[in-house]
Amino acid sequence: MHHLIPLLVAVPLLGAALLVATGRFLPRIAAEITGVVVSGGTAALAVVLLLNSEPPMVEWVGGWLPVGGESVGILVVGDGPALGMATLVSLLTLSALAYSWRYFDEPPTGHTGAFTALMLVFQGAMCGFAIAGDLFNAFVFFELMSVVAYALTGYRIDEAKAVQGALTFGVVNSLGAYAMLMGIALLYARTGELAMTKIGRGLDATGHSGPDALVLASFVLVLTGLLVKAAAVPFHFWLPDAHAVAPTPVCMLLSGVMVELGAYGVWRVYGTVFAGPGGIPAADLTRALVTLGTLTAAVGAVMCWYQRHIKRLLAYSTVAHTGLFLVGLGVLTPEGDDGVALYIIGHAGVKAALFACAGVLLDRFGSVDEHALHGRARRLRATAVMFAVGALGLAGLPPFGTALGKAVTEEAVGGPLTVVFVAASAITAGAVLRVTARVFLGLGPRPEDAEYETSGSDEEPETSGLLSRIPDTMTTVPAVLLAAALAVGVVPGFGDLVAASVNEAGSGGAHVSVHWTLHGVLLGVASTVLAVALAGLAVTRPAWVSAPGWAAPLRRLQSGHVGDYVAWLLMGATVLGALALPGVLGS
Amino acid sequence: MSTVMHVLPYLVAAYVFLTGCYGLATSRNLVHAVGCLAVCQCATYVLLLAVGYRDGATAPVFSDIAPGSRPVVDPVVQALTLTDIVVGATVTALLLALVLQIAKRHGTVDPDELRELRG
Repeated sequence: MHHLIPLLVAVPLLGAALLVATGRFLPRIAAEITGVVVSGGTAALAVVLLLNSEPPMVEWVGGWLPVGGESVGILVVGDGPALGMATLVSLLTLSALAYSWRYFDEPPTGHTGAFTALMLVFQGAMCGFAIAGDLFNAFVFFELMSVVAYALTGYRIDEAKAVQGALTFGVVNSLGAYAMLMGIALLYARTGELAMTKIGRGLDATGHSGPDALVLASFVLVLTGLLVKAAAVPFHFWLPDAHAVAPTPVCMLLSGVMVELGAYGVWRVYGTVFAGPGGIPAADLTRALVTLGTLTAAVGAVMCWYQRHIKRLLAYSTVAHTGLFLVGLGVLTPEGDDGVALYIIGHAGVKAALFACAGVLLDRFGSVDEHALHGRARRLRATAVMFAVGALGLAGLPPFGTALGKAVTEEAVGGPLTVVFVAASAITAGAVLRVTARVFLGLGPRPEDAEYETSGSDEEPETSGLLSRIPDTMTTVPAVLLAAALAVGVVPGFGDLVAASVNEAGSGGAHVSVHWTLHGVLLGVASTVLAVALAGLAVTRPAWVSAPGWAAPLRRLQSGHVGDYVAWLLMGATVLGALALPGVLGS
Repeated sequence: MSTVMHVLPYLVAAYVFLTGCYGLATSRNLVHAVGCLAVCQCATYVLLLAVGYRDGATAPVFSDIAPGSRPVVDPVVQALTLTDIVVGATVTALLLALVLQIAKRHGTVDPDELRELRG
């Protein structure tokens, strides 16, 4: 069975190559069917592998087995989290392709299937990153998924904002990737190994007296790359710019799973490489991740609240939620890992569905601006219901999967950090509910414009002309995604299954029972009530919750200037080093 | 060889990387910015090759020397550098294409004038 793991990367890449080679001779329908078949086939393969991932599998690609403990081969791992992420990637790609069935009605002439081919490469690269067992291949797939994501973000090259957002995305992410590569080179210099487990053992063998400056430098550099991808503050500036301008099916993947792969990478790299006695002490990682995660959740939630561009609003809610994921992973308990895994699965469904609904607005009205659309979408009842349900899922209303994941994580982090979880999910969900109330129900007065913001009007629809009727695929896909997010929390035993496979890979098989608790349900209901209250207040008494003076500088930081974002990246790396420094000094 | 010569390549790598970052942060032209990104990547080449260096070693090509007859530099990092160069070429080409489109659509390549996406 383990011989099949590399196919998760090979099948989408071959499918993409086929589409590029034959695309210009194919009618559009044939190209799309090929895309869906290849993507769906990979998803099926991922599910089959996932069901057989106990005990965890390892595969040396091409039969380059280690000789006498030394290896130069490419290592891929097939444990629960790796294959789980690959499955999530594949299923989400499949739904994005299904959603884009009627999208891009007129592909550029002579390039039928170009979009589908890019989506398949994206899927293959993300699967590759998920299953990579050595750091250099993780870097290669990291760069591959980044490059495809830049191309997909700037897919509509005639749009001024799209190319600008794609360039910002490209510069910041590639710089992060190069920082990561510098860190990998330092680790190789110390241990002479590239496979993650062997680097970890090498560090433990050489670092009897604990970590030194080189280990700290490599830790900071590798984590910088991964946290740029995970959009942790202050590495997050590229994300709203990219997500606001990317085509909607691409946003579903970017927000739903690519950003989360950054958090997954942090978990994988810390657990396998730096967790030993020669690595970074647990207390330092907890300090770094919990600090940055809390900051990310706070900044993401506040900025989310003040957006009027609906896709940008959803992008900031992704920032806030990745902050929560980092906090959950940072406490380094099996319960925290399990909760975050469930949270990521539930969040992927909910966030992709919300982006899909925003896409409906874009193609129906040519605008994703909350102010311009005020009351105009009253007749889109199905979309309105799904948007509201998605908001409730974001808030963590039981029995959504997000609620189960959030409850388990809250229990793991405990104490005052619970407040961060409740507040961040309530504020982001409140913002989405406010959009629902204004756009779909036309409640409240039309809000006034602020001076420093990105409006969402005058956007080009992604179909040929504005749609008069919403195609069935564009309503079915978000409905299915929301149902899946609900099923994560409802299907009995699913949580335990996820917990068992995550712990087998990460926490030495610690047994954790994941189930609904009264405490968790009450906190979930509390954030939902808070979200509804915030939305109600925003609609009826806009002045009470409008941007206060102290929020203005926060908005000015998001300056749209790529040089500023690079400076922030360097500062973030310095902060990361400072947060991890005490353990190195103390050893 | 002296300690200075051993440490020098690492200092050069750090210097090149930070120079590229400085150029990116202060760039007034996006073509220049993409060039600066390529400079940052050159730092990774220097670092990788420095890691694999051995005193008195030759290139890891065994067409004219017998394996084991004399020391060779680490071939793994050279393979990594080659892969890295391919990755860099892809990124630079794509970003330059995007800059071209920005110049067409915005009529400028000065990041100071591209402030549409903000707040």
